[in-house]
Amino acid sequence: MDLIKENILILTILLPLIGATLIFITPGYLDNLVKYIALIISFVTFIISILIFILYDINSGGVQLLWDWEWLSLKGAWPLGDKGITLNLGVDGISVMMVLLTGIVMFTGVMASWNIQNRSKDFFILYFLLLAGVFGVFVSYDMFFFFLFYELSVMPMFLLIGYWGSSSDFRTFSRTKEYAAMKLTLFLVAGSVLIWIAIIAIFVQAGLGSFNILEIQKVVDDKFPLNFQQINFFMIMIGFGILAGMWPFHTWSPDGHVSAPTSVSMVHAGVLMKLGAFGIIRIGMTLLPEGANSLMPLLMILGCINVIYGAFSALGQTDLKYVVGYSSVSHMGYVLMGLASMELLGFTGAVYQMFSHGIMTALFFLAVGAIYHSMHTRDTLILKGIFKKMPYISVFFVIAGLTSLGLPGLSGFAAEILIFLGVFKSYGSLGILFGSLAVIGAGITAIYILRLVSKVFFGVPDENKQNTNNNLDATRFENTAGIILVGLILFAGLYPLPFIDMITSGVTPILSNVLGGL
Amino acid sequence: MNNNLDLLIPEILVGSLAFIILGLDLFLKPKFKEYIAYIASAGLILIFIFSIIPIWNTKANIYGDILILDGYAVFFKSIFLILGAILILSSKSYVSNYFSYIAEYYSIVIFSILAMMFMVSSAEILTAYISLELLSFSLYVLVAFNRFSNRANEASIKYILLGAFSSAILLYGVSQIYGHLGTTNLTQIQKELSVNSEMSLGLIIGFSMFIAGFLFKIGIVPFHMWVPDVYEGSSTPVTAYLAVLVKVAVIALFIRVLVVGLIPIAQDWQLILIGFSIVSMVLGNVVALIQSNIKRLLAYSSIGHAGYILLGLAAIGTLDQKGLIIVDFSRLIVNGIILHLISYSLASIAIFLCVDIIFGNSDDEQIDIMRGLNARSPLMSLLITASLISLGGLPIFVGFTSKFYLFNAIGTQISLWYVGIAIITSLISLYYYLHVIRKIYIDNNEDQIAISLPILTKSILVFLLFALVFLGIYPNILMEFIYHASESLL
Repeated sequence: MDLIKENILILTILLPLIGATLIFITPGYLDNLVKYIALIISFVTFIISILIFILYDINSGGVQLLWDWEWLSLKGAWPLGDKGITLNLGVDGISVMMVLLTGIVMFTGVMASWNIQNRSKDFFILYFLLLAGVFGVFVSYDMFFFFLFYELSVMPMFLLIGYWGSSSDFRTFSRTKEYAAMKLTLFLVAGSVLIWIAIIAIFVQAGLGSFNILEIQKVVDDKFPLNFQQINFFMIMIGFGILAGMWPFHTWSPDGHVSAPTSVSMVHAGVLMKLGAFGIIRIGMTLLPEGANSLMPLLMILGCINVIYGAFSALGQTDLKYVVGYSSVSHMGYVLMGLASMELLGFTGAVYQMFSHGIMTALFFLAVGAIYHSMHTRDTLILKGIFKKMPYISVFFVIAGLTSLGLPGLSGFAAEILIFLGVFKSYGSLGILFGSLAVIGAGITAIYILRLVSKVFFGVPDENKQNTNNNLDATRFENTAGIILVGLILFAGLYPLPFIDMITSGVTPILSNVLGGL
Repeated sequence: MNNNLDLLIPEILVGSLAFIILGLDLFLKPKFKEYIAYIASAGLILIFIFSIIPIWNTKANIYGDILILDGYAVFFKSIFLILGAILILSSKSYVSNYFSYIAEYYSIVIFSILAMMFMVSSAEILTAYISLELLSFSLYVLVAFNRFSNRANEASIKYILLGAFSSAILLYGVSQIYGHLGTTNLTQIQKELSVNSEMSLGLIIGFSMFIAGFLFKIGIVPFHMWVPDVYEGSSTPVTAYLAVLVKVAVIALFIRVLVVGLIPIAQDWQLILIGFSIVSMVLGNVVALIQSNIKRLLAYSSIGHAGYILLGLAAIGTLDQKGLIIVDFSRLIVNGIILHLISYSLASIAIFLCVDIIFGNSDDEQIDIMRGLNARSPLMSLLITASLISLGGLPIFVGFTSKFYLFNAIGTQISLWYVGIAIITSLISLYYYLHVIRKIYIDNNEDQIAISLPILTKSILVFLLFALVFLGIYPNILMEFIYHASESLL
């Protein structure tokens, strides 16, 4: 047990890599074996992520389960000696939640991709590489590895979307999957350019010869003047903001989500977008607190635009997946607003929203993917009254929709109410304005979700236009995945206390760090 | 004068190997001639094992300071021997299929390796010039080797004319330097320069010509015009040779010249080199965007990579208040440059080998022909993708580590704005690399004839893939050797 406890964080990175290797050496014609290996590996990883949640000691807080491995020395006259680049792993309350989320989405994502026929071997190799990167970002405490895993999680997306994705046809024009894949990759790498420059700047300015976030944090007050912090926080904010779907750099995200295959959309909207917000917290707010403090109003405004703009865009979509894509943009706006509120409630709500939105979007994309798989269309003008044909999937979609509009009792409500409270408390009278706008955003969400639910799921079916195949409902794997996700949404909505405690323990030191500059 | 001729045994052996291969050609029956490649590469590896490794830790001057043998020289000599052996093996099938004079090809390649070994060893600029000429003459022949191809002939005429021109510029610079300083020895030049801080006009012209000659050979904008045409025109194995080993050798020599000889006047050349490097990075990567020929695309991308390395060279020229080189940080940069050179070499060898298998000696290497390559040869597709991603600087391949290391080291010495430009151009390069990857994996092709690879090629491909991934994940083993090299230089 101790052995597992000491090495549990590296396991989260190694297991997906081992999975990728195992699948790589499996012959391609053993299609089912590949899928069962993927299922087993992802299940074990899921268990590991739950174990991390259990092993983390909330009462003592801070960074726990530390693990390090000296990787490459940067010989030179550094005050810390030849420590150089070390693979430092550790988790705080925020990363525990994110690791848990990744474990859930990874496991359910494998089940959702059970019906992939074409080159499933290559698909799962890339899928596991992607997830190794995601886990790596959440558990790294070294800026070099943080960046390495960040890039690792961007790279496989290009092929995953470009090969297994689907193009969408809007009658007057079409968005090809190749276009979406290229757009997504270039946007994200453009973001990483800014992050890379900022990381080098932080490394050089700190002058420690180490990329370790915990070490650099100790010299923040001495070495980083306000001006430096502002410039670099701006770059970090925009760079990670691109990944978080921040307006006006969000345009890759609906296209990317729509074109991606189901499980990749789940991982992408569910987890990858959270990497952006997580990066702002982990590097931006931890290492550049004063810069964060002074630029938060900007983040608040951008987040607010995200909420409203994303909601209105979702209102105008006729493609089911685009609705969900824009709703992700809108919901990530809540996360940014919560971060920017600089209130304990708002910040906690933001992280909880990251968790809740991750599960919810995964459920959304699972449902939409299943609908597309059996109906061969996602057009809301054609799809009508599919509840009778696909009861399970419809229930999943409706529950995700209700979470998204913030129905009490579901996880979205708990998260959003915290964010609203935090935003209302911040920035004096301006906070009331932002808070009202956020609530209005939730109202618009209700409009587009309920309209969709009433038409698409409970409307009168139009028999001529639809595929009338009888065997339409979800496969048993999709059902299992959906039930797990629904169960989590209910649990997180009805009994959020353990999660909130966990988040608060991680959020408090960061927030006091940011506010300490005042 | 002490008698340490034995330190030159590697060079003597390499020279003899070239002659042995020429001689063997006379006696071997035609059907055995393709085995010459094995003899050549085995010879190079054996020379590395039995004559380089014993002198690994030696530090000595040979022939009264004409040549120098230190960790830096030994490191690069081993690189040349090993990469040379890999390149010879990987060009084997191309050479035996399309060239009529097999032994001559290998012996000229080995002569040029000999030239490179002298280049990294040279302690004074005239020796450097002579070995550079030996290299250039071998290359003139190699570029024109496919003598029935109009494209190759055109490329070789261009290369000879421009190469001779650049050699003349370089030599004129050398003569000016000798005329004003009275020495050609790098250490002496350094002493002279640090004593007399005032530079006469002739000396300025001399140094400018000297540096311009080097930039010409490396292929830095605005001296790059020959690069795309020659890369496109020569046979693919020769292109690989030009793009990898020759570039590494000239840069290795250039580092020594700058760091040992020209460091006292660093503030004079630093800004110039930064300017050239930025122009190269931007122009190389932007022009590569519109290339439809894979070899031209790689040529422009190699101009961009030369730009990154030149930025590192410029950053070495940052001096402290006393006008001395900042040893620790400069070592970091030299490490970065060497690591990046190696990562660039591995990726380039891999791509050029695949290009050479896919296109044979066809006259036009359109990227379009690589459509749907994944169905035809999964291994090659994987390797091309890995190399392109490595060149583009994404993990888990060695290119990410080397770029991060290099840019990070540069950032410690000069303004981050320059590093920012380098990173942005690296993003641009990713776009055209991804386009090639898209052709390979996503686009379809009706013509689905599987490409069967001989076992030798297959093993080279697997080895290169392994090297790209392994050095990306665990570069420490290589870094130990690189430290050895950079510590003896600075």
